[in-house]
Amino acid sequence: MVDQADGTSTPSGKVLLSVESVNKRFGDFTALKDVDLQVAEGEVVVILGASGSGKSTLCRCINRLESIDSGRVVFDGRELPQEGTELARLRADVGMVFQSFNLFAHKTVLENVTLGPIRVRRTPKAQAVEEARALLNRVGVGQKESAHPAELSGGQQQRVAIARSLAMHPKLMLFDEPTSALDPEMIREVLDVMVGLAKDGMTMVAVTHEMGFARQAADRVVFMDAGQIVETGPPEEFFTRPRTERARDFLSTILQH
Amino acid sequence: MSEILKHIGVLVGGLGVTVELSLLGFVGAAVLGIALTIMRVSPVTPLRAFGTLYVEVFRNIPLLVFLFLFVFGLPDAGISFPLFTSEAICLAMYFAAFACEAMRGGINAVPVGQAEAARALGMTFTQSLRLIILPQAFRTMVQPLANVLIGIVLGSSLGAAVGVSELTGRVQILELQYDEPLPTVGLAALGYVVITLTIALVAGRVQKRMAVRR
Repeated sequence: MVDQADGTSTPSGKVLLSVESVNKRFGDFTALKDVDLQVAEGEVVVILGASGSGKSTLCRCINRLESIDSGRVVFDGRELPQEGTELARLRADVGMVFQSFNLFAHKTVLENVTLGPIRVRRTPKAQAVEEARALLNRVGVGQKESAHPAELSGGQQQRVAIARSLAMHPKLMLFDEPTSALDPEMIREVLDVMVGLAKDGMTMVAVTHEMGFARQAADRVVFMDAGQIVETGPPEEFFTRPRTERARDFLSTILQH
Repeated sequence: MSEILKHIGVLVGGLGVTVELSLLGFVGAAVLGIALTIMRVSPVTPLRAFGTLYVEVFRNIPLLVFLFLFVFGLPDAGISFPLFTSEAICLAMYFAAFACEAMRGGINAVPVGQAEAARALGMTFTQSLRLIILPQAFRTMVQPLANVLIGIVLGSSLGAAVGVSELTGRVQILELQYDEPLPTVGLAALGYVVITLTIALVAGRVQKRMAVRR
């Protein structure tokens, strides 16, 4: 049974994203079990949990990179449809940053950032380039615009990936373990960009192990275990006074090193 | 031997027919192969199933058997083409299965994250294929596709068995006439080697050029 300690705390303000009784299985493995999550406009939610707890799967179900078995995901007032043009249109409004960056390997940094606006949003090229340059400068890789991804460090690649997502003017940003593949000295530069985004009012759902980021930028921490949301609350409260046994266990293991 | 050399024009002409057959077969196989590849990587289950069925059928029957079926079987159903056309169609249909597998191999070699990033940006399936996956897949496809073309060139010799007058067919007639297998068949072998080595050379060049662009 779930010790459902405050799993229903609803955020104030307009609900932008609503995950309702979502279930997801991979064969015999239950990845998500009756997951409910509401995210308000402007809210920053950090999802925590041990590996295999379903946090990445939840993140990927939000823009339907992973299909769900039952339940529904409602974004901006519309339920996510089946794979197709309509879903593509909704995805354009949801930015996603991956653990492994996934920059387009055959395109330059600038092309990576302008491709979405030009091809999906039909933004005129000159305008897309101008906006892309501004974004690249904002994340601190402006001088690398003609490089290919393979020529950049991991931290630089991830910052370009964030710029690529922002170029679409997303209403929501998803971060799927954005710093897990980075060397320690590069984690900071990516987190700084993320904190800046949060401060600017971007709605964010971030799967991350970075407690510092959660403390500094999150409005709410969601703790998952075995495919379920076990506990949710403000970061300070969660880190200092976790209410569930499982959250206490998790925190003690990650805070030990 | 000198008797054979008198007919060198006939052999060169046969080589021409072989090249023509191969090119037509390859273009057909490539076009059909692209369609099959799109089916096999598409999210639509019936299309995927059809693509798989096609590939498995053609990969598992000998080309010669398919040629016999097409040339001798189809007329019974009231459909017949000139011999040359028949063989070109057969080569295209048969090698489309192999072209499809070569292209699919190239597509599968592109990391899945590339397609996910494209979809996450709001690209449709066709856009992600055209803008992100295919340009990266081409490089890995060059050599396997060259192998398919070589297969077509060599496979086209089976046309001799149904009476197509390409290189092997003409060699066969000369050999029967003069009973000199070594020079006749030897010349044919040389002809095939010249074509296939050229293909390998060009493929190497193309691949090198694509490597720089990435």
